[in-house]
Amino acid sequence: MSLLTVRNLSKNFGGLKALDNVNLTVEQGSVHAIIGPNGAGKSTLLNCMVGRLEPDTGIVDFAGVSLLGLTPFQINQAGVARVFQTPEIFGDLTVLENVMIPALARRDGPFRLNGWAPIRGEAQIERRARATLADLGLEGQALQIAGTLSRGDKRRLELAMCLVQEPKLLLLDEPTAGMARADTNRTIDLLKTIAGRGLTMVVIEHDMHVVFSLAQRISVMAQGTVIAEDVPEKIKGNPKVQEAYLGGAHA
Amino acid sequence: MIESISPRNDRLLLAGFILAVVLGPIILAPFGAGYPDLLQKFAIFGIFAIGFNILFGLTGYLSFGHAAFLGVGSYAAVWMFKLLTMNVIPAIIFAVIVSGLFSVVIGYISLRRSGIYFSILTLAFAQMSYNLAYSVLTPITNGETGLQITLSDPRILDAAAADRTLPLSNFFGLPMNRTWDVELLGMGLQFNVGYYVCAVALIAGFYIAMRIFRSPFGLMLRAVKSNQNRMLYTGLNTRPYTLAAFVISGMYAGLAGGLMAATDPLAGAERMQWTASGEVVLMTILGGAGTLLGPVLGAGIIKYCEQIFSSFNDQVVAAFFGFLPDWLRDAAVWITSPFVGDGWHLTLGVVFMLVIIFLPGGLMEGVTRLIRWVRGRAGGRQVTVPAE
Repeated sequence: MSLLTVRNLSKNFGGLKALDNVNLTVEQGSVHAIIGPNGAGKSTLLNCMVGRLEPDTGIVDFAGVSLLGLTPFQINQAGVARVFQTPEIFGDLTVLENVMIPALARRDGPFRLNGWAPIRGEAQIERRARATLADLGLEGQALQIAGTLSRGDKRRLELAMCLVQEPKLLLLDEPTAGMARADTNRTIDLLKTIAGRGLTMVVIEHDMHVVFSLAQRISVMAQGTVIAEDVPEKIKGNPKVQEAYLGGAHA
Repeated sequence: MIESISPRNDRLLLAGFILAVVLGPIILAPFGAGYPDLLQKFAIFGIFAIGFNILFGLTGYLSFGHAAFLGVGSYAAVWMFKLLTMNVIPAIIFAVIVSGLFSVVIGYISLRRSGIYFSILTLAFAQMSYNLAYSVLTPITNGETGLQITLSDPRILDAAAADRTLPLSNFFGLPMNRTWDVELLGMGLQFNVGYYVCAVALIAGFYIAMRIFRSPFGLMLRAVKSNQNRMLYTGLNTRPYTLAAFVISGMYAGLAGGLMAATDPLAGAERMQWTASGEVVLMTILGGAGTLLGPVLGAGIIKYCEQIFSSFNDQVVAAFFGFLPDWLRDAAVWITSPFVGDGWHLTLGVVFMLVIIFLPGGLMEGVTRLIRWVRGRAGGRQVTVPAE
């Protein structure tokens, strides 16, 4: 069963065709990677999915509902969480508060004027937030100011902020960018564990090691179109892909 | 967060605040600030700054037009005096409602932008209100003369008791300007009805701000300041949060404006001028934006400087340096006199610069550092005791 369906999606920036008739189907419970060289349109595709960009034509359906015309917060409320290339966290707040905010957002919706009850009374929200932090090994830093975390911990925190919402779909934009090999491997293991629980993920990634360790299906983009979509083993051997993207280094 | 958030600390903070406000006339008498007019200013501007801090301190949105809500509150209150009754309670409630509605409109438009553009939009709205009050809105504001109560006002509820003199604003029959003089330890203390009405409003305002700071809503407002992009991708609509903060702070400003009119029943457009909006920014930053006590502290210090330093003249300064030889006294007077009297702004400017350079978090940062230093010393001693 498909969770996310993208059909005939096109987006032009002036004369530049950033997306040209893109089709994508993400199966429920799978990890789907989108790869491609710089400027292939991966980020534009992601931004069209989360409501940051409005495509010119095409459809984006998520669990039977069209995401087109919805704002980012509405798309999140529909069950789509997003991890950014550079972690987007609440740097001035504590790690615990960073995770309590998305938990509150999931429970209370986009807005609630809840100005009288003390935050200390939100025992259930706090318990959930702490459990998620413990899950990602951040429980020791719960009361630390998030901006003072190391780069790797910031990424894990952002992941915790997404996971505490129990999303149906998790979008990851280069989750290992700028990481050392050891950190990358740790992140792969973490994402594998999460995927093992049945969470559907779309991963945009440059690092082939990450892609082939995680993905069950891979879409290869070049110049705004999907040139191939298949299981990892077949993508490796696809001559079109090797020519367009993998080049000499991986051939 | 600078302040600790344990429930016990909050209760202590609130108790201390109530005690300080109730005993204000006694505590401030030795500093020459125990008279009703100044005490009322402390309370009124304290409320104004607490409200401003809910917007600026929590969400980071810097409004340069909050004096407009203060002015609207004053006009609304005086109209209530003219039409209904000289009792201050309906006037204050009406002031809060009208300024709240006014801030919904201005907030809705201004909050379409953030950062400097938001500041400029609020400034533009406030200056527009100020100029309108002098021109086309004269039937409502009475232009340059200012809105005053007159004998011919309808005052529906008070009409029966009206005589040939201008009525006084009152709290259920108790005139706002009633003052009891008490002699204590050689000090003349003045307990004034108007001050205590303002004090109750200040305590209520402080308590409400404290609830907001410690609530999920307060956490969302701090999230707005920290990262709006993350909020959007976390399923939160930032617009109603910022608008709610804007309206709440506008209502605080309206309350302050209403109290101004309640203690002295007239309203003029100068209350809306941009300098008045700038003043509340200074108060909040001087005391410590984003802290609970800071804005009240900042408001108190600025109003104290304004009243006390501006009342000094060369004779007072000369008397202060009277113990010095003549030539040295003249030099000291020559150096200090630009900082007092009409030049009190110079003192404020120097204090403000020193605070911003050395304590960017405002005076509350200084207080926090002091507490930490004292605790550090106390902790150090505890460690050394067993070793002896």
